[in-house]
Amino acid sequence: MGTGILVLCEHDDRGFKKTGFELLGKASELAAAIGGDVTAAVIGRAGGAELGAHGAATALSASGADFASYSTGAWARALQAIVAAADPAVVLAPASSRAKDFLPRLAARLGAGMVTEATDLRAEGGKVVARRPMYAGKAFADAHVASGLAIITVRPNSFPVGAGGGAAATEQAVSVALQDGDLAARVVDTEQAATSVADLTEAERIVSGGRSVKSKEQYDSLIRPLAASIGATPGASRACVDAGYAPHSHQVGQTGKVVNPSLYIACGISGAIQHLAGMRTSRIIVAVNTDPDAPIFQHATYGIVGDMFEVAPMLRQAFEQLEA
Amino acid sequence: MKVGVCLKRVPATDTRIKIASSESGVDTSDVKWEINPYDEFALEAALLMKDAKQASEVIIFTVGEKGAEAKVREGLARGADRAVRVEVGEVDALNIASALAGAVKGEGVDLVLAGKQAIDSDDSQVPAMMAEVLGWGQITEVDQLEVDGSAVKGWRNAGGGSRDVVATTLPAVVSCDKGLNEPRYASLRGIMKAKRKKIAVVNAEGGSAKVAYSNWSEPPARPPGRVLDGDNAQRVSELVRLLRQEAKVL
Repeated sequence: MGTGILVLCEHDDRGFKKTGFELLGKASELAAAIGGDVTAAVIGRAGGAELGAHGAATALSASGADFASYSTGAWARALQAIVAAADPAVVLAPASSRAKDFLPRLAARLGAGMVTEATDLRAEGGKVVARRPMYAGKAFADAHVASGLAIITVRPNSFPVGAGGGAAATEQAVSVALQDGDLAARVVDTEQAATSVADLTEAERIVSGGRSVKSKEQYDSLIRPLAASIGATPGASRACVDAGYAPHSHQVGQTGKVVNPSLYIACGISGAIQHLAGMRTSRIIVAVNTDPDAPIFQHATYGIVGDMFEVAPMLRQAFEQLEA
Repeated sequence: MKVGVCLKRVPATDTRIKIASSESGVDTSDVKWEINPYDEFALEAALLMKDAKQASEVIIFTVGEKGAEAKVREGLARGADRAVRVEVGEVDALNIASALAGAVKGEGVDLVLAGKQAIDSDDSQVPAMMAEVLGWGQITEVDQLEVDGSAVKGWRNAGGGSRDVVATTLPAVVSCDKGLNEPRYASLRGIMKAKRKKIAVVNAEGGSAKVAYSNWSEPPARPPGRVLDGDNAQRVSELVRLLRQEAKVL
């Protein structure tokens, strides 16, 4: 049985992602209670000394030609090697689309217990207990792994990023021997998005439209520019997506993305239970709707009972003046 | 090629979830069940392969008690050929994945299609765990899929609106996201035919569950909000002020 906490730190062209900093900060607090060190796991690049600023004592990395592009098998094998080197009690990872792709494979291989999509963590009785939404946020429960390694994915934006300032982490390369079949499924191409915005699940700000936008053209001329004015990711209700006004990848709700932003602006969304399920953990919710009895107002921090066709352009103008 | 489809019944998306007690979890005694929406995309993908003569047989696999069969029957009515229901002891993602993997192997399936997650436990673990237990390749959360002979290609969200194109070869497990297709309804003829289709029952040895759940509750109540007064111009400027000064999110 290992000790300490291993944190998967994802990165892209711009460097390490914020999700890793959030988890390292929380892991430092948890490790103080359950014992052991905080170690960063880095796959696909070397280094990671700067992760020390957020609490990692050591950064273990697996890099090289096998990791030039993402593959489920190589990533699982790399983290397996890093877990063997660090021997942690708990592995924390962001609930990202890649982590959710390869971590269950590793959990099955190691016979580890896995908990997905935690929104809070605490130490209790020497263990890490995860608080997590289930039924897309219609119910919450504590989950813990009774014995052996625990692998926990945590929803982005669940914890603040600390001020940093810790000492540099000790860098250590871990060699990984891939096995037959590890590259059986691999990324052969990546289709880049036309515009680069944060993914809904990681977005700090989201502006969503409902079916009452009435057309794809109005979604594009009303919702997207309002979102762009504050660097937000555009979202949509299921009704809006099913009507063809926004692509399915924009859907927020129980059968779409479950989101956790600081600011969620709902335009013309009534607040059906399946939509609320996807966004109710947002820190601040703004609702704009003509119907004062719409359920969304019971969940909104700030509400405007009004016509979004009038309010949204005014809001956009006000936001643009702020950003200017 | 034989195509397996993993199917789970879940409380309907418009159902309010009631907590029976903080230790026992959700009260499902009077929920309306439906096929997990993501499993519907998996089933439809399999049925499209059958329509195109790519699949010789579509077999539904489910884990659960007898009560789970009603929704399996609905899948059969849409066009699947037969089903296997697996009974397990303690339920968690790894036990379910192992049970399904055993049943899939027993039927000689070449391609497993599953929903990307079930909308009750929201684990999104079972498909990848199955692939690991079977020693197969996997592509998870695809919203576009091509199967050509033994070559499989899936498109999945890679964040920020870009998509990864993942290639693998059969046998493989593919988990399905919204956007993959438009699930069909069962025809009256399909419903009649489904009554005679076979649902086999097998037992799986399962270990003890690794993950323990407790302290169930309804979602924390949000602090009461505020509806802003005035004309639209006043409300907008008040909103911007509140977002900056009170909420500090701008």
